Amino acid sequence: MSPRSFIVPALLAFVFAGAGSEFAHAQPKPAQLQAASSEIAFTTRQMGVPVEGRFGRFSAQVALDPKQPEGGSVSLAIDTASARFGSAELDAEVPKATWLNAAGFPQATFQSSTIKATGPGRFDVAGKLTIKGSAREIVVPVQLAAAGANHVASGNFTIRRLDFKVGEDEWADTSMLANDVQVRFRLTLAGLPPL
Amino acid sequence: MNAPSSHTPTTAERWHPASIALHWLLALMIVGSLGVGLFMTGLPFSPLRLQLYNWHKWAGVTILALSALRLAWRLTHRAPAAPPMPRWQRRAAQSAHGALYLLFFAVPLAGWAYSSAAGFPVVLFGVLPLPDFVGPDRELSEALKPLHRWLAYGLAAVVVLHVAGALKHHFIDRDGLLLRMMPARRRDPVTRPAIRT
Repeated sequence: MSPRSFIVPALLAFVFAGAGSEFAHAQPKPAQLQAASSEIAFTTRQMGVPVEGRFGRFSAQVALDPKQPEGGSVSLAIDTASARFGSAELDAEVPKATWLNAAGFPQATFQSSTIKATGPGRFDVAGKLTIKGSAREIVVPVQLAAAGANHVASGNFTIRRLDFKVGEDEWADTSMLANDVQVRFRLTLAGLPPL
Repeated sequence: MNAPSSHTPTTAERWHPASIALHWLLALMIVGSLGVGLFMTGLPFSPLRLQLYNWHKWAGVTILALSALRLAWRLTHRAPAAPPMPRWQRRAAQSAHGALYLLFFAVPLAGWAYSSAAGFPVVLFGVLPLPDFVGPDRELSEALKPLHRWLAYGLAAVVVLHVAGALKHHFIDRDGLLLRMMPARRRDPVTRPAIRT
């Protein structure tokens, strides 16, 4: 085998392998969540009274090129023991087995399956939300905006708490505590490719 | 002047029917709210506790609104003359009434602020969201909780004094003072001032 006959296929293989990996792994470098300026909050309704809580600890893996969102991926993990409310009573109550069962299910997770652009800076992120061992497919509309050197992904969606067995037994009564829970998020991300 | 029959109030000496209605309605609501307040705070986290807290808040806001109406009425209408009594007693009664009116406002307002500070906006009867005059604030809520409680204990104490004074006038002085606040009977309001128990 002449050296040339070796080099050409090797070069070709290298180029194609490189191109292949370029296309197969279109996923860009992961962005970093800026926890201090990020928020995941939710609102429940008790006898018509909106009660807001927020999670103090969560992490996110976001790899997304806003120009090619199809190849992107978003996953979130939320510490269920970190829900905080205005009152210490609820802080102590919500990690219990009736509610989020933080001991049995320390994390609630979201893993995207498909991401579609729906407009400038707007995406529908479909994926699986798992809370307390129950999984549901959801579609989350996300708005993405540049904020200085970072990007802010924000949006809100509604889930039904009983889909995830949050509030069992006597608390399953939705006339006392509404089934719908509004979730609101605002994630500040560093290192996302430009819009 | 010893037996109620020898000094029975004429209609002119009675409180206005609107004052009488407000007095007894608020008496029921205030005593009820104090009782519910004492009971509910000892309950474990449960739908019953949530329900009682909400009813307690609705009652409190209603007491606040009716007290405003009552104060406006009181300031624009003449009170019936009180029976003769020693000066110190008149002073004591006036002070007690002043304290009652003050607490009719202070107790519900402190409770409302406490609820807002604890992150539970008050939604009257489950349908009408009321404004929060303080935002959610853990430290503030922990200060307002005992304030609301102690103001309520104070209200309960003045209510006890007020009732004791009224009963003293009725059973010891027998001066017909209590009858001024009794609803007029349809038949013969003057000669049958029997006490409902």
